[in-house]
Amino acid sequence: MSTARHHLLSVLVENKAGVLTRVASLFARRGYNIFSLAVAPTDDARFSRISIVVDVESAPLEQVIAQLDKLINVVEISELHPDEAREAELLLVTISANADERAQVIQLVGVFGGQIVDVGLDAVTVMLAGAPDALDDFEELMRSYGIIELQRTGRVALPKLGATSTASEADQSLESA
Amino acid sequence: MQLTGAQALVKSLETQGVEVMFGLPGGCILPVYDPIIDSPIRHILVRHEQGAGHMAEGYAHVTGRPGVAIVTSGPGATNIVTPLCDAYMDSIPIVVITGQVPTAAIGTDAFQEADTTGITMGVTKHNWLVTDAADIPRVIAEAFHVATTGRPGPVLVDVPKDVSLQTMEWYWPESLDLPGYRPPSQPAAKLIAAAAELMAAARRPVIYAGGGVLKSRASAALVELAELTGIPVVTTLMARGAFPDSHPLCLGMPGMHGNYTAVTAMQQADLLVALGSRFDDRVTGKVSAFAPHAKVIHVDIDKAELGKVRRPEVGIVADCRLATEALVSALTPRAAAGELEPARLAGWIGQLRTWQEQFPLTYEGPAETETTSAGTGAAGRPPLLKPQFVLEVLRDNTPAGTILASGVGQHQMWASQYWRFEQPNTWVNSGGLGTMGFAVPAAIGAKVGRPDAMVWAVDGDGCFQMTAQELVTASAERIPVKIAILNNAYLGMVRQWQHMFYEERYSEVYLSPDLPDYVGWAESMGCVGLRVETPEEVLPAIDKANQIDDRPVVVDFRTDSMEQVFPMVPAGASNDDIVVHPSQRHRQAAS
Repeated sequence: MSTARHHLLSVLVENKAGVLTRVASLFARRGYNIFSLAVAPTDDARFSRISIVVDVESAPLEQVIAQLDKLINVVEISELHPDEAREAELLLVTISANADERAQVIQLVGVFGGQIVDVGLDAVTVMLAGAPDALDDFEELMRSYGIIELQRTGRVALPKLGATSTASEADQSLESA
Repeated sequence: MQLTGAQALVKSLETQGVEVMFGLPGGCILPVYDPIIDSPIRHILVRHEQGAGHMAEGYAHVTGRPGVAIVTSGPGATNIVTPLCDAYMDSIPIVVITGQVPTAAIGTDAFQEADTTGITMGVTKHNWLVTDAADIPRVIAEAFHVATTGRPGPVLVDVPKDVSLQTMEWYWPESLDLPGYRPPSQPAAKLIAAAAELMAAARRPVIYAGGGVLKSRASAALVELAELTGIPVVTTLMARGAFPDSHPLCLGMPGMHGNYTAVTAMQQADLLVALGSRFDDRVTGKVSAFAPHAKVIHVDIDKAELGKVRRPEVGIVADCRLATEALVSALTPRAAAGELEPARLAGWIGQLRTWQEQFPLTYEGPAETETTSAGTGAAGRPPLLKPQFVLEVLRDNTPAGTILASGVGQHQMWASQYWRFEQPNTWVNSGGLGTMGFAVPAAIGAKVGRPDAMVWAVDGDGCFQMTAQELVTASAERIPVKIAILNNAYLGMVRQWQHMFYEERYSEVYLSPDLPDYVGWAESMGCVGLRVETPEEVLPAIDKANQIDDRPVVVDFRTDSMEQVFPMVPAGASNDDIVVHPSQRHRQAAS
């Protein structure tokens, strides 16, 4: 469940062995909490993008960003505000649905724009991609039928067209004097 | 030119200008040790890999150049983890080369295999696992660049045995490909202006100088800044020597065992100018009660230090020397305009002088001890040797520019308190990690880096026992360091805490003054061993040690076990609750 204490960092890293470990172990040793994490290569094979949803109750966001920025393989960090980002996530869920319930489930899947990817005698597996909030809503609805297994990918995001993100090198000062 | 990976590694180190490395060979690093025979680089064979790491640190401390250590895989690598962590905490540039099992064996639990890059990830600025001999020159060039630029720190390069044996075409990289590494340098002009404004307006300012002043070679600029503004300077444990102790504006060391004036000046300051310091818990005490009235200007090359502990009013991410010079430039016109007249700080400086007179560092001298023991019926027994007295005599009878190394504990605090540091890079100690056993190998590394300087290590008996074997290295390599063991037969700092906070219940802190026999041990390692039991013997022993220049000297000073380090701010307490020496406790702080 995403809340105000969650901030999404889009971290461009060099596509080298061990980089994910460096990022993850930095969070672990400094006591920062990761809510979700997704990583994949970008269009430029030299770089990967890690999308991290940070729980900022564990540490101030600027400290998390500054520490991350010190990792040699981290090239750029953008904080994406939910208002200024297109966020997406993928969910796979196997729902308990006997013959009587199946029609209702299929109808709801249709409403959310999901896809039935597997059907068994008393269960169906659904794939749904979309905004994290929509996935939250869908997950909640499916609970009443009985979730057998569920897997989400964690969020990925890009800035909205025309929006500005906070790049790591953008502001260097903490001036308030 | 075709070279093996091993040859390319050694040639890369030569190209980097490495003149010495500290190491110990073993299975997986064997191929690299063969070309070392033919290299002009001096190799110093240590007796334990931890020694190699601390020697590299000592070398880096005094020269400002990166120290290099080379060890084998598995236990060789794990033995050097402590020095890596020590260097990481104190921002010391060292480059550690480790052997690794052949690439095909990685992940199979092979003999002497350890996940070296995984283990050292959290204690290095960066590390590399080389998987192709062709990468060696590039990785070595990157490693030295990363270790020595920005906030300096340790790096590690892990080289599998088969990579050392491969052949490659030699090259030297013309540029580095580190797209994520952009160390800051120049300060932002508007932040310098804001800082200058605060410095001109402050009436109770203190410059809080940290290790970054030494790393950025900002000492001369700092003197200029202090003299231009008249602002007094505290030097943290990592910055001792960054500003001369003899300077009238020097207040000495702040923190848990800092002197009363340095600690209290920070507490009552209206402005702290933090230069390359990091608001360490040993300096701040209870953070919420630290310098409650002070605005903060914080200069650091590491952006993550700004606001990590204390949010600055003006935070400047920059090289400390460049920022200090920029502050001098920005304040010079204000001085010319009469904004920095000494009179503006007269009240503050007067207050500081009063505290210095009321609460100087002090200890019960030999004369007083004698009186006391006579009074309790111990007349005739020689007075107890005070560790502070030993340090004063050593301080006053060693040449200017003597380099002082120390271990960790009471002796370290006394050394920092009682020495007079007049020059940068003459103090070699383990601040952040607090690594017992640091002194002996660090002093050896320092002497290798500065053979022209006299190098003394002040060590505790507990510390000495952890790494003393490196004196064999020093004897074999003819590195004439001098070791003063302040032998109080205890793990003294732990004993002090048990005395103060655990109702004098002394748990596992007694070591014995005679076991080991330090003089016999020193001599068996090829050193001269001396023993000192009375105050009268101190100076002759130091004079004798100073004259020996062909081998190491160890002096076993039998010091008073009961002596405690004062002042002291108890852990977690506010700096306002500083505990001064018992003889000063009746005095009321004048304000």
